[in-house]
Order: sequence, then C-alpha cells, then structure tokens
Amino acid sequence: MIFARHKTRSRMAYKPAGASPVQRASMRYSLRRWSVEHARFLEKIYTLFADMLLALHWLWSLIGYRRIERPMLFLERNIKGLMFDCRMCGQCILSQTGMSCPMNCPKALRNGPCGGVRAGGNCEIETDMPCVWTEAWRGAQQMQGGDSILAVQKPVDQSLKNTSAWLRATAQRAAQNAVKAGIKA
Amino acid sequence: MNPAVDVEDFSIVPPGHTSRGRLERVLRRGDFAVTAELNPPDSADPDRVFEQAEPFEGWVDGINATDGPGANCHMSSAGICALLTRVGYAPVMQITCRDRNRIAIQGDVLGAAAMGVSNILCLTGDGVQAGDQPGAKPVFDLDCMSLLETIRIMRDEGRFLSGRRITEAPKLFLGAAINPFAPPFEFRPLRLKKKIEAGAQFVQSQYCFDVPMMKAYMSRIVDMGLDEKCFILVGVGPLASAKAARWIMANVPGIHIPDAVIARLEGAKNQKREGRRICAEIIREVRQIKGVAGVHLMAYRQEELVAQIVEESGVLAGRKPWKKEPQPGDQALIEAAAEKARILRKAVTQDKEGKS
Ligand code: SF4
Repeated sequence: MIFARHKTRSRMAYKPAGASPVQRASMRYSLRRWSVEHARFLEKIYTLFADMLLALHWLWSLIGYRRIERPMLFLERNIKGLMFDCRMCGQCILSQTGMSCPMNCPKALRNGPCGGVRAGGNCEIETDMPCVWTEAWRGAQQMQGGDSILAVQKPVDQSLKNTSAWLRATAQRAAQNAVKAGIKA
Repeated sequence: MNPAVDVEDFSIVPPGHTSRGRLERVLRRGDFAVTAELNPPDSADPDRVFEQAEPFEGWVDGINATDGPGANCHMSSAGICALLTRVGYAPVMQITCRDRNRIAIQGDVLGAAAMGVSNILCLTGDGVQAGDQPGAKPVFDLDCMSLLETIRIMRDEGRFLSGRRITEAPKLFLGAAINPFAPPFEFRPLRLKKKIEAGAQFVQSQYCFDVPMMKAYMSRIVDMGLDEKCFILVGVGPLASAKAARWIMANVPGIHIPDAVIARLEGAKNQKREGRRICAEIIREVRQIKGVAGVHLMAYRQEELVAQIVEESGVLAGRKPWKKEPQPGDQALIEAAAEKARILRKAVTQDKEGKS
C-alpha cells in the first residue's frame, strides 16, 4: 500500500534532469573514460590537429581571429564536450592531465586529487563519478608527455571561460614562431 | 631543549626562517613538534575560543584554526587567529578555497599577518555538499596548489598575484595537507613534491591509523629527499569508540582505519580509554619513522585528552611548549579594566535614565 502510494507520487513529482542521484548513476561517463583509456592515441591526434590549426594560421588571420571565434567555439564545445565532458574553461590543459578534464572535479582542482578520493577511486562528492584525478593519473601513464602532470598549474583565468582554447593556443604559437623568426633574421 | 626559549625575540625573523613564529623555530631547531586542532565555536563570544585553547596550553607548538571544517559554518579562522594571537598562542590559520576567491584570500592573508599570524595552512576544502548549507555557491577560484603559490609570491616577491606591489610583505610559514591513505597511491608522493615546489614548508597529514601504510609512504618521501625540504607532521587522533570508528569509515572519505584497530576498540572494556592509548601508541610509532618531524592532533570533541595523550606518548621528551604564565602586573590590569567597565556601565545606565 505504502509502496503504491510512493510510486504514484514519484511519477507526479518533477525533478530537474541530472539532479537526481539515480539518474546521475545511470550516466556512464563512458565516453570520458574511453578518452582516458586512449590517451596515447588522442595525444597524437591532438598534436597533429594543433599543427594543422597552426598551419592554417594565415587563413585565420585572413578571416580574422575574432570572426572565426564563434564557429570554432561551436566546434570545440561540441567535440570536446562529447569526448571529455569539457567545461570550456578556455585554457585547456587536457594534454597535461591525462586527457581527463579537471574542470569536472567538483572542487575544480587543476593540480591533482584532493584527499577525499574514495577507496575505489570515485569522487568523494559525486560518488558515482570516477575521480577526474584518478582518471588523469591513469591517462598520464600512457602518454608520452605524461610527466607534465607534475607541473604546477596557475590559477584559472575566469575571464577566458567560454572562449576557444584552440584558437588562443594557435595564435600564441604563431606569435612565438614570429618572434623566433624575427630573432633568426 | 633550549633554555632560552622564553626570552626569544619574536619581533625578528631569524636567519634562514621565513616567519617570526614559534612553530617554525621549533621545527628548524629539530625538536619533535606537536600541533593540535581547535574546535571552532558557533558563538560570537571570544571566551569560547580561549576555553577551547586552554587545554592545549603547555602541550602544543601550534594551534590550527579550521576554516569551516566539513563545509559547516563556524567562527572564521581569521577571527579565531586574531583572538589567539592576542594572548600569545601560535595559531596555524587554515585557508580553504571553497568560500573565497583570490581577491578575498589575498586580503585575508595580509590581515592575518598584520594580526600576528605566522603560519598558514593552504587547503582546497570540502565540497559545499558535505556541510550544513549545501545550497551555497562553491567558489574554488584557486586550488590548494595555486593558493600556496599565491601566498609564496606575496611573501617572497612582495606582490599580489596581479603583480601590484605590497609595501610590507607578510612573514609566513606555509603549510599544506597530505593524505597518504587515499588513491591514487603512486601519485601521492609526487603530489607532495608539487606542493613543495608551490611553496609548502610543512605539511600535516590526514588521520593516520595505519602505521605500515604511513611507513611505506614515508620511505618513498625519504627516497625522493622530500623530507629535507619540508617538515612532515603526521595527523593523529583518539577514536571515541568502535562505533565512531565504523561511522568514520562509512561516512568520511579519505580516512582509513584498519580492522585490527576497530577490533581492539571493540574488545576493550573502556573504549574511550583504549582509543586514547592507541593514539599515544601511534604517536610513538610514527616518531620512529625517518622523516617525520612532528604530529598533528585532531581530537575533535575530545580536546581535553590532548595533554594526556602527548604526555603518555612521551614525544616532547621533557620539552615544555609555550604556556601563558600569569605576568606580574596582570592583576592590576584586570582591576583597572573592571573599574573602567564599571564606570562605563554607570554612564550607560545614567544615559538611559536621562532619556526615559
Ligand atoms: S575526489 Fe577527485 S573529482 Fe572528487 S573532488 Fe576530489 S579531486 Fe575532485
């Protein structure tokens, strides 16, 4: 009797999506985990991709970095969102965190795991989620540049949120190359 | 050990030190340090703080003032530290990244240093979900690592994170936390290395109930030479009962209590006393581990046991940490203050009567 009543009530009650722990548990984090599993492969793809973006620097300058920002942002948000559950902090350090996005950590830790990681490696706060830093450590083991997980990361620049990290990195590298070329000449 | 301790000049920063504080002096001298955690009051009454600090007097070298532990609201660590420095205690101000952004934190650091705080412990803090106000906004603008670095820059380079100059840089001894008892275990020593790079000069660990695990961690730390760059204080505390231990295991992530310890508590006639004994034993054992520079006592709601535990463990080896001795002339001051208060009260009542 009590059970039946409970059932009808739960059908009536409105719960926003993602707010229920049961629903959250049903999320598998599967793509995110796949990305960490294949960190080595993704690292290579990423380097290639970054070089490609850099090679197209002339094109971006031609169109104007500002004008290209929005379409690029759209691409970046969707691709990285799908693969890493990216939060668009705008200063991507995936290559230094084993391809596990640190902004998924409820404490936004960018420098390693907190002291609360559960015995099975899950997050202390979001108990169904694998701690992003146990994942990061796993990913970094396979990556060639995995040691960069040991670098101390600067505080996040909150003003860069929701901007394209890809474009920023490309523009920066292009500028550096220009300086180098200037020195040589 | 040093008979001249009491006449030390605390207005200067000794060579090789970064703070004026007592804790840094004890550690650098090579003495085994003892720190303890103060239970922050839910009150605006300063006496609650002094009452809490009193049982530690003469037994510890530093008193940790927590910053909303477990994401629960209590008196702020800055407030507690301000009160403690008035008396002459050596507080360790804990700063978490949960509630304040970098602007607030840097301001607090200057304020605390101005009030005489010499030690700051940089923490990330618990998630707001763990506390009594889960609807609060989690800030986490910095993390413990960037917090350490920020304060180190303020101290060593005399500037804010923005680069703006500070006219008088804070003189601080910087600490951080470690937890050797949570996965990923291979990462933990490297994480300490990172914290040292970021600025940690001492660390206090999570509760240690598993001494072999601590030993394994420390042997890696010693291999990496980290014990020479940083003072490591092992966190310890008495378990009140087997039931309490089970509750902790089930509800507090990051604390590991071996079954043997729980069984031992269970079998004891007086579980509280057994918990105290176990704690003293653990202190004695960790004292023997190479690289351990001290212990940090977290006797939540059993603060009165701290003196007994330290005594039982014998780690002070006859050394007497700072104690507020009644000074000659104190009595005259108290009487003068009482007289002033009496006059003030009289004036207030007269004022009220005049109005009505
Ligand atoms: S357990 Fe991992 S993901 Fe969760 S808060 Fe700690 S570091 Fe972040």
